[in-house]
Amino acid sequence: MIDEKHYNFAFLDEGSKREIRRSILKAVAIPGYQVPFGSRELPIGRGWGTGGIQITLSIIGREDVLKVIDQGSDESVNAVNIKKLVEECTGVEITTDSEKASVIQSRHRIPEIPMRNDQILVLQVPTPEPLRIVEPREAVTKQMHAEAEYSGMWLSLYEDLTQYGEISISSEYPVMVENRYVMNPSPIPRYDNQKLKDSETLYLFGAGREKKIYAIPPHTEVVSMCFDDVPFRTENFEGKHCRLCGATGVYLDEIIDEKTGEKVYECSDTGFCSGRRERIS
Amino acid sequence: MAYVAVTGGKEAIEQSLKLLEIFRQSDEELSVKCIRENMGLLIDKIMSEAGFYSEEYAALALKQCEGSVEEAVFLLRAYRSTLPRNYYSNAIDTADMRLIRRISAAFKDIPGGQILGPTYDYSHRLLDFSLEDGQEQEKASDTITDEPEKAISEEISGEDIRCQRVTDLLKAEHVLADVPPDDTPPFDVTSNLITFPAPRSARLQTFARSDAGFLGGVAYSSMRGYGAVHPTVSELRCGYVEVCVPYVMDEDEEICIGEILVTEVEALVPSHTETEEEFDKMTLSGGYGLIFGRNENKAIAMSIADASLEKPGDTPSQDEEFVLTHGDCLEMSGFISHLKLPHYVTFQSKLDRVRTKEEV
Repeated sequence: MIDEKHYNFAFLDEGSKREIRRSILKAVAIPGYQVPFGSRELPIGRGWGTGGIQITLSIIGREDVLKVIDQGSDESVNAVNIKKLVEECTGVEITTDSEKASVIQSRHRIPEIPMRNDQILVLQVPTPEPLRIVEPREAVTKQMHAEAEYSGMWLSLYEDLTQYGEISISSEYPVMVENRYVMNPSPIPRYDNQKLKDSETLYLFGAGREKKIYAIPPHTEVVSMCFDDVPFRTENFEGKHCRLCGATGVYLDEIIDEKTGEKVYECSDTGFCSGRRERIS
Repeated sequence: MAYVAVTGGKEAIEQSLKLLEIFRQSDEELSVKCIRENMGLLIDKIMSEAGFYSEEYAALALKQCEGSVEEAVFLLRAYRSTLPRNYYSNAIDTADMRLIRRISAAFKDIPGGQILGPTYDYSHRLLDFSLEDGQEQEKASDTITDEPEKAISEEISGEDIRCQRVTDLLKAEHVLADVPPDDTPPFDVTSNLITFPAPRSARLQTFARSDAGFLGGVAYSSMRGYGAVHPTVSELRCGYVEVCVPYVMDEDEEICIGEILVTEVEALVPSHTETEEEFDKMTLSGGYGLIFGRNENKAIAMSIADASLEKPGDTPSQDEEFVLTHGDCLEMSGFISHLKLPHYVTFQSKLDRVRTKEEV
C-alpha cells in the first residue's frame, strides 16, 4: 500500500484530478476532438499507458470496480503493474470480469462482451494524432483538423490501395467521428473498430506523453475510413477457433505449440475466455 | 525470470523487484547525505531534468535506483505530480545573484571582475589515485582540519559578491538590441500542452528541463554547421538566488521561501538581417540559458538552442517543434522503453496484412 501520509487518494493531488476531469468533459462534448491537457508524470513509464492511468485516477471513486487489460490479457505484466498502482493508491476492488467492472482500462483491445451504459472504457494511446502519418508537425495537423482538411489522409489511403491492392494499415486504423473529426482509435486491431460505432458505453482515450484526451460518447457515429468500392476489412480468423474455449468469431492470438510446432490459437481477451470455460464446465 | 506469453505477470514482477534489491546490495550502505554531498553535480543534473529543486530527494532517488539518471528523474517527476501547486514564484532578478563563479568570454575586464570559482575547466583530467579507498585518510589528516566545512569557508570567506550583468554595458551602448520588459505571465508547459509557435517562456522552460545530452546535441549541431549559431558567451554566472512568492494577505508584498543554486548564460549572436538597411543597423541579440544547479554546459547549450530558434532556417536546431518535442528525458525514455511491452495484438494484425499481401 502506498502510504497515505505521503500520497493522496488516487495518487494525483485533487487540483490535478479536477483539471483532468474538465478536459474529459470537453472531450465528451466534442467527440473525436483531441483536447490538450496538462499531463502529469506518474510512477509508471511515460509511453506505458500514463494517459489512460491519469484518466482512470481522475474518475475513479472508492465504490468503483476496476479491470485492467493489456493486449486483451488481465495477467500481462503491464496490466498487473497498472492494476497494482491503482489498487495501492485507491484500495478499489479489482476484477477480471468485464461485466463486473465499472471502469476498464485497456491497451490495444476492446473487450469481446459488449460494454454497458454504466461502464467506461479507458484506452491508452501512444500516438493520438491520426494525421501524423501524413504530416509530422503538430502546428499543421491542428490546422488541418480545424479546417476538416483530410485530403492528405484520403490520398495516403488511396496510394496504399494502388500500391498494395488493399489499404495496408493493420491496427490503429483511422476513423471518422460524427462526420467531423478523423480520429485515431488507438492501436486496437481493425476487428475492434466496429465496436466504437453506436456503442452503449463511453470510450475515453488518454495520451500521457502527447498530452491529449479524447472521447467517443455512447451512440456516436464512427466510421472506419474507406472507399465506397473497397470495403473495410477486419482481420481474418475464418476457420480458426480458440484452443481453450473453442470460441470462433473473436480476436485470436496466434501461438506456436511448443511440442508439436503447430500454429494454434487462443482468445486474445483472457477474461472472456476464462468466463466461457467456467460456464462450460 | 521467464514468463510464458503474458500470464504469470504478478509473480514475475515480484521476483524482478527482489532481484533489483539484490543488485543494489552492498556491504557498505551509502547514506543519502553522502550522495548529496559527494555527487553534487549529478544531483544538479537530476534536479534540472526533473524540474524539481530538492537536493535531498534527488539524493534519495539516486540511492533508490542504483544511480541511474533517467530513473532518478523519473522518481522525482512522479513525486512532483502528487504535490499541489500552491504558488507561482515572482520573477527572479538574477542581477542580485550571490555569485560563486562568473566569467565572460566577451570581455577581459568586466566591472566586478572575472571570478573563476569552482570549475573543472582548468583541471588536468588525470585519475587521482590518492582518492582510492584507504589512501584518502592519510592524505586528509595533514591537509584538512577537524572541521573541514569551517576551513573551506574561512579560506573562501568574504563579502557576498553581486554584480551587474555584462549585457547591461552593451545595452547602454545600444550594441545589444534593447528588449522592453515583458511581464506577460509565463506559459507553463507542465500544466498546459505546448502549442506552436510557442511563446519564448515555453521554449525556455522546456529547454531548462530538457535532457542535457539532447540539448547538447542540438547546440553542437548548430555550432558545427547544421545551423548558424556560434555565439560568444557574454557571461556565465553561477550562484544563489532568492525565490519569493506573493504574500497572501497583500499581493504587493513577497515572502522569500529559500535560495536555489543556478547557472545562467547570456550568449551573443549578430541579429538576423534580411535587408541592407537592417544590416546597417545590425545589433547583437541574445540567447538565454538558466538551469538549476551547477550545470554549465547545459546552460550554454540552452542559450544556443534559444538563439537558434530566433534565426530562420531549415536545420534541425531551427525547427521549433522538433527541438521542443523531443528533448524531455522522461518522455523519450518512456516511449523508447515501452517497446519492451508486448505488442501481440498489433503484431497479429500486421501479420494478417503481410499474409494477405502475399496472397494478392
